[in-house]
Amino acid sequence: VTIDSLIGQSVSRVGGEGRVTGEQRYVADIHLPGELHVQLVTVPVARARILSIDPSAALALAGVQMVFSAADIDTEMPRFGPQFNDRPVIAIGETKYHGDPVAAVAAETRDIAEEGARLVRVEYEELPAVFTVAGALAPDAPLVQDPALRAGDELAGTNVLRRHDISWGDVDSATADVVVENIYRFPMVTHFAIEPHAFIAAPEGDGIAVWSSIQHPYWLQRLLARVLGLPLSKVRVHSPDPGGAFGGKQHAKYEPLLCFMALRLGRPVRLVLTLEETFLAVRRTETEISVRTGVNRDGSFAFQDIDANYLIGAYADIADRVVGKGSYIGNGPYNWPAARINARSVLSHTVPSTAFRGFGNPQINWAVESNITEAALALGIDPLELRLRNLARRGDRFVPFDTPCDGDWAQAIERVRQLIAWDEPLPAGRGRGVALGIKSGPTTGLSYSLVRLLADGSAVVYVGTSDMGQGARTVFAQMCAAELSIPLELVTVVSGDTAVVPYDQQTSASRSTVLMGNAVVSAARQVRARLEELAGGSDAPTAELVHRALGPMGGEINALGEGRKDAEEGHPLGGSAAFFEFNATAVELSVDEQTGDITIHRYATVSDVGRAINKLQVTMQDEGAVIMGLGHTLMETYVFDVAGRVRNLGAIDYKIPTSMDLPLEIASDIVENEDGPGPYGAKGMSEGALLPVASAVAAALRSATGVALRELPLTPERVWHALQARDRSPASAEPTESAPLSGSHERTSSYEVGVTTGTTKKP
Amino acid sequence: MIPITLTVNGRSRTLSVEPHHTLLEVLRNELDLTGAKECCLVGECGVCTVRIDDRIVDSCLVLAVEADGASVTTVEGLAEGGRLSRLQSAFLEKGAVQCGFCIPGQLMAGDDLLRRHAQPTRAQIEEGIAGNLCRCGCYYQIVEAIEVAAGDHDETELAMAESTAVREMPPHVVDQ
Repeated sequence: VTIDSLIGQSVSRVGGEGRVTGEQRYVADIHLPGELHVQLVTVPVARARILSIDPSAALALAGVQMVFSAADIDTEMPRFGPQFNDRPVIAIGETKYHGDPVAAVAAETRDIAEEGARLVRVEYEELPAVFTVAGALAPDAPLVQDPALRAGDELAGTNVLRRHDISWGDVDSATADVVVENIYRFPMVTHFAIEPHAFIAAPEGDGIAVWSSIQHPYWLQRLLARVLGLPLSKVRVHSPDPGGAFGGKQHAKYEPLLCFMALRLGRPVRLVLTLEETFLAVRRTETEISVRTGVNRDGSFAFQDIDANYLIGAYADIADRVVGKGSYIGNGPYNWPAARINARSVLSHTVPSTAFRGFGNPQINWAVESNITEAALALGIDPLELRLRNLARRGDRFVPFDTPCDGDWAQAIERVRQLIAWDEPLPAGRGRGVALGIKSGPTTGLSYSLVRLLADGSAVVYVGTSDMGQGARTVFAQMCAAELSIPLELVTVVSGDTAVVPYDQQTSASRSTVLMGNAVVSAARQVRARLEELAGGSDAPTAELVHRALGPMGGEINALGEGRKDAEEGHPLGGSAAFFEFNATAVELSVDEQTGDITIHRYATVSDVGRAINKLQVTMQDEGAVIMGLGHTLMETYVFDVAGRVRNLGAIDYKIPTSMDLPLEIASDIVENEDGPGPYGAKGMSEGALLPVASAVAAALRSATGVALRELPLTPERVWHALQARDRSPASAEPTESAPLSGSHERTSSYEVGVTTGTTKKP
Repeated sequence: MIPITLTVNGRSRTLSVEPHHTLLEVLRNELDLTGAKECCLVGECGVCTVRIDDRIVDSCLVLAVEADGASVTTVEGLAEGGRLSRLQSAFLEKGAVQCGFCIPGQLMAGDDLLRRHAQPTRAQIEEGIAGNLCRCGCYYQIVEAIEVAAGDHDETELAMAESTAVREMPPHVVDQ
């Protein structure tokens, strides 16, 4: 066994067999003896004053054991959240968004819980609410958050939770031959993990055990310990592999509520959300972003100025970090002499938005990359060449106070140029577009891994990473086997239990291959070194060395490894990027002028991954990211009514890509220069390929039809309206009016301020 | 409660069910066959796909009493004698499995497709799994896995995938 016989190889997925036989147990598949079923009680409006909750009819139903509401918490309402302790365990006083639970019923069966929930009588009074950026920022807007929750904050009297302002150079006095300014809108979309969130809480000794489809079990453990007043050692979080997460399962949702109920009842309680309820639990931040791009006639970038409003929900969750970190790198992988980003997280009476693959970057990418395409067209410069010309090269401090460019990114662009045949003549009726994506990797991190080499030469590796589909356990098994020089099938990976597995900060930001990977490799190398020391050399197969090293007593050799990235004081994000995820994407498409329907004929995506640990899994991540990105690009958006209720809950009215919605051809490739900070030169990956999907598709649409759309999704209806507008005024090179999506007129009408007209100024 | 008798994965089961309970609920909660999953519960996502006699259904839309007397096959019934079916191993070989939550349904749809078409075209495969959502976005790989399984149909000795087999990366470019 050598490093190269395992690293980079497409070995079969660890845990794969259980996933094709049905044996894999997700949270909803786990049952505890004596468990009760929980059903949430909500009111059918967004914001309401709760006047009374009458549980008597529900409690009279045989089998109902509890109707839990804010009245059942006799202390001050505990509040929680990953960034701010703003979210109550259950709504108190008023609801903040459609779906905010006011009570929860626990019963012997699911049927009884559902019936009990229907019998809970809630009297409420609907209150004025805000669902849009314009509505939330209006001077007389009702406040989403109680200002008392952030006393002393000068923004407390507004719906702006925080501002995130970054700049370098002198944008205000910068000039350019051409300035392109536009407003871009990115829709509110939901994660739609096929596994709806599921939670179980059970009293365990003098503490509590929780099962959750959670990405960050240790963060959840810490949060529950604080809310419940328990030591960390008395909160045990089981985190079976989530059935898809994509950021939507990073943080606590109903776990605190279930813990309170379980401890009060002295019995296990379980809550499995419906798909509809997941829409009301997690979503991506909607954005409205204005970009002013200044470019000189020679193709050099002069300045860029971004003003970004991210519409977050009623509770902050991790959304303000999404805004801060997503907007931070918004000027892209380019060298800008002057750049500015002013971003705001804007609270609204909508579903709390949270992390979602790309973490705020796809939204700003949509705006900035689209505007760069506009600038190229205004200058008559090839959009791909314009990007290459201004691209950061290795070592360039393209964000002056952050990690310098850590890749040969032009290689990815040149590869995508080949894959899409960029320089070949376009077939009739086709259009091509290109876009780049960049995302900062983790800014801090801490992961531990325990590696145990057992007496027969097999090994167990412990990792706190959640394997939610990305295949984390597979790459750790590869690393462990390679470093110990043992066959892969002798490695067992253990995860999913905070009482057994050492600490890991979180599974997000494409960090695990790098940070947990470094911990695994460090532990395995320590074990190997100790083995060779005890065995007096490395002159035999590992199993034989182990036998020699351990002697007749047997036992094991073990070590703990650490992967660490410390915070940096004074850094705008709390730390510089561990690496960058870089992706180049190009698309060739045609449009049915009669229907507005887009057909993607060829899609090319190239990511710089440093080194692929498992090439097949890398391909799966990139192609999966593309398909997910096509969702918000072509079809997905929440539709609200005037009361702030989501009108398209569930799989019938909210469409995600199916096997019938694929590009006719996909070409994915990677750049490997072994220049990442992870094991063997790996960088994190899996989000990069999603970042530029919308920008590249819209650029290709622009190329095919001459129509520039600045609001997603590019539904046939919206495209058709734009084509009609183009044909009505053929003289206009920039048909720009975005057609409203049917069913959302109330919302879009409030957006009519600052119509999305492209302006090309020549100072 | 209504008594029903089902043959599930070849085994006869007699049980009493609530008249309003779906086949999915009974499989998962009464028989502890949790391979079929719950997601949309309105027949759109396909994670609850099982076979009833000679056709596949969304088991969230079938009442358990409607299946009385029928033969039901779930994903747990695809492997025989502890060996993965060719389709199951092809899913792993081709990288069709990420989080795995939709996979039981995808496999049941793929299995049905292969029963109806020994050599399905790519269009037939895409249509055959159109009712099975995969948010990880493994569709290309799922289609490829079904093609591979179809290609091996005639072989008498089905190659079983080694669970830890190291193999060559397939070509990056997937043409269709």
